[in-house]
Amino acid sequence: MPSQLETASHPQGLKRVAIEPVTRVEGHGKVTLLLDEDDHVQQARLHIVEFRGFEKFIQGRPFWELPVLVQRLCGICPVSHHLAAAKACDRLVGVDQLTSTAEKVRRLMHFGQILQSHALHFFHLSSPDLLFGFDDPVAHRNIIGVLDAHPDIARQGVLLRKYGQEVIRITSGKRIHGTGAIPGGVNKAVSASERDLLQADIGQVVQWAVDGVALMKRLFGANAAAFQRFGTIDANSLSLVRPDGELELYHGGLRARDATGSVLFDHADVADYQDLLAEQVKPWSYMKFPFIRALGPEAGWYRVGPLARVGNCDAIDTPLAERERQEFVAMGQGRPVQATLATHWARLIELLHCAEAIERLLQDPDLGGRDLLLQGEPRRLGIGVIEAPRGTLFHHYEIDADGLVRKANLIVSTTNNNQAMNESIRQVALDELDGRRLTEPLLNRIEVAIRAYDPCLSCATHALGKMPLELELLDADGAVLDRLRKRADGNIVDDGHCSAAS
Amino acid sequence: MAEHSTFRLDGRPIPFAPGQTIMDAALAAGAYIPHLCHHPEFAPHGSCRVCVVCADGREVSACTAPAAKDMEVESQSESIRALRVSILQMLFVEGNHVCPACEKSGACQLQAVAYDCGMLEPHFTHFFPRRAVDASHPDVILDYNRCILCELCVRASRDQDGKRVFAISGRGIGSRLIVDSPTGRLGDSRFAITDKAAHVCPVGAILPRRGGYRVPIGERLYDRAPISRVGDVAANEEA
Repeated sequence: MPSQLETASHPQGLKRVAIEPVTRVEGHGKVTLLLDEDDHVQQARLHIVEFRGFEKFIQGRPFWELPVLVQRLCGICPVSHHLAAAKACDRLVGVDQLTSTAEKVRRLMHFGQILQSHALHFFHLSSPDLLFGFDDPVAHRNIIGVLDAHPDIARQGVLLRKYGQEVIRITSGKRIHGTGAIPGGVNKAVSASERDLLQADIGQVVQWAVDGVALMKRLFGANAAAFQRFGTIDANSLSLVRPDGELELYHGGLRARDATGSVLFDHADVADYQDLLAEQVKPWSYMKFPFIRALGPEAGWYRVGPLARVGNCDAIDTPLAERERQEFVAMGQGRPVQATLATHWARLIELLHCAEAIERLLQDPDLGGRDLLLQGEPRRLGIGVIEAPRGTLFHHYEIDADGLVRKANLIVSTTNNNQAMNESIRQVALDELDGRRLTEPLLNRIEVAIRAYDPCLSCATHALGKMPLELELLDADGAVLDRLRKRADGNIVDDGHCSAAS
Repeated sequence: MAEHSTFRLDGRPIPFAPGQTIMDAALAAGAYIPHLCHHPEFAPHGSCRVCVVCADGREVSACTAPAAKDMEVESQSESIRALRVSILQMLFVEGNHVCPACEKSGACQLQAVAYDCGMLEPHFTHFFPRRAVDASHPDVILDYNRCILCELCVRASRDQDGKRVFAISGRGIGSRLIVDSPTGRLGDSRFAITDKAAHVCPVGAILPRRGGYRVPIGERLYDRAPISRVGDVAANEEA
């Protein structure tokens, strides 16, 4: 159930505090708090305030542009959009199974992507909070501060990310926004010299990944009680898994568990995602609120990303990461680990898995194969789903007989986490802020909870057209004087003068 | 004595025959003058103005101005470069040249000339035209918002294919490429992928299907060397 802090029961006269922008995340977000006279928090919301409209403006474009075009949603996880769109386009050109070379080149690209994104997030964005504490002076609480205080850790983070970016460059043509995946396959294999280049450093990269997990375990262990509680919520979880139930980042079936770990659905075909999931819209954010249809919007919201994936899978198929997973899962004592800050730990386990998976793939001769592209009977509908660094990512396209995009629906990872992020900040607001005079370090705690999800707010703001919006004119006491609403059908309704309570 | 006539291009003597334009003579001598609407197989058009040079103190388009004995032509001066950049910026803002998503990126003459002239930003306000893509033909699609009205396809279809599939219609900023068919759609015209007109578009307006993004970054036409060394899109396509 969404907590009561989603909407204050009596908003009149409350003090409004805004954290804008939310920093050390990708994109533009804002948090608003409503406080009463005694500084008790009555309402807490994470809003997404930027807006682009990809789903609308790609209509009418030739479908084969999609993998290159839609990756501009984001500069941190473009590979995930590139590959999710390419997977959807594989379906459109009638290809269900890529050549072995194409599939392995794409997987390599994707492992590089998750490696670099997780390194970026942990070291550049979140480590300042975790290494220095949430109360550290703001001028110092950033990657430059980490470089000064812990140059070895910062350097390791920078070089881990660089390695992942090099994997992407070699498989897609460049580090950010390449063109490697095309409908039905890839446009290049990995040459012997490119493979040698990557092999030269992979041993070191795996070691750094091991060190990264160890560092996070130390940080978690040193603050175990506080970290267990901080922003923690009971949430359902959703992720892809392999047919054998193991962790899967590139292609699998959907598995959802409830907060106790019971399976809600398993190995569901991603093509049926609309039967399983629905999206709710709220007037105060451009980001939608997806939920599991069978449970409804109140109880059906869920969490995606590292915490959901590592908790959802039965095993990880690389040995070092699997050992870490077992230690991690044991912390839950039979229930899914729900501690929001444990997401960092799960993220580093995945980073280690990606390093190991790259090491293994680099020994596979198929990477250098010649069969890159397949073609089958054209189709009108293509759905591509992948595990992006931040969680499950859905791309759904429908095209006309000429091959032009007619309809697009994207549910991005961060959108899937929308309700969970909101619930986590409400938890922090109640536990840490309620009744206290707000200070910068206290407000940073809200951001710490958001950062644990590694939200990609630019990815989350792609929709256009269907979004209902509400504009309210309030008087000095917070009473509603006038209200305009844009309905889901696009029509604007003037509700005229209305009373405050609604 | 005609074969001994020369003019000077940026100080370099360029021989020419009577009737040759500055462009013809320069290209024959291996000197590159940036251009978009010029193609050696078709009559000069003079629409893009990118080949502007300063000839004896006057700004003229090299593709239409006849070479003259002892003429002093400047093509690489800073003022000519700046003029070309402005012309290119106008072409970019008139259309929707979103290179990051365009499959012609890296093998586009407009983009390559813009790189060659040092264009760094669009400068002018974008027009954001909203003409729909015509994907009615089984082998080729038309993106009208990338068309620079060079008329190469018009000339090729008229002068070589003899089909007259294309024309430029309208006036002023309303000018646009049109297709001669009962519906105005390419799929209902006599156009074929084997036509010369399918292979002369210097930008991403006339695009063969099933070719998009097949060439990896780093191996595209203008990835390794500038257009001044590589030459035109059409010349490379035919090679």
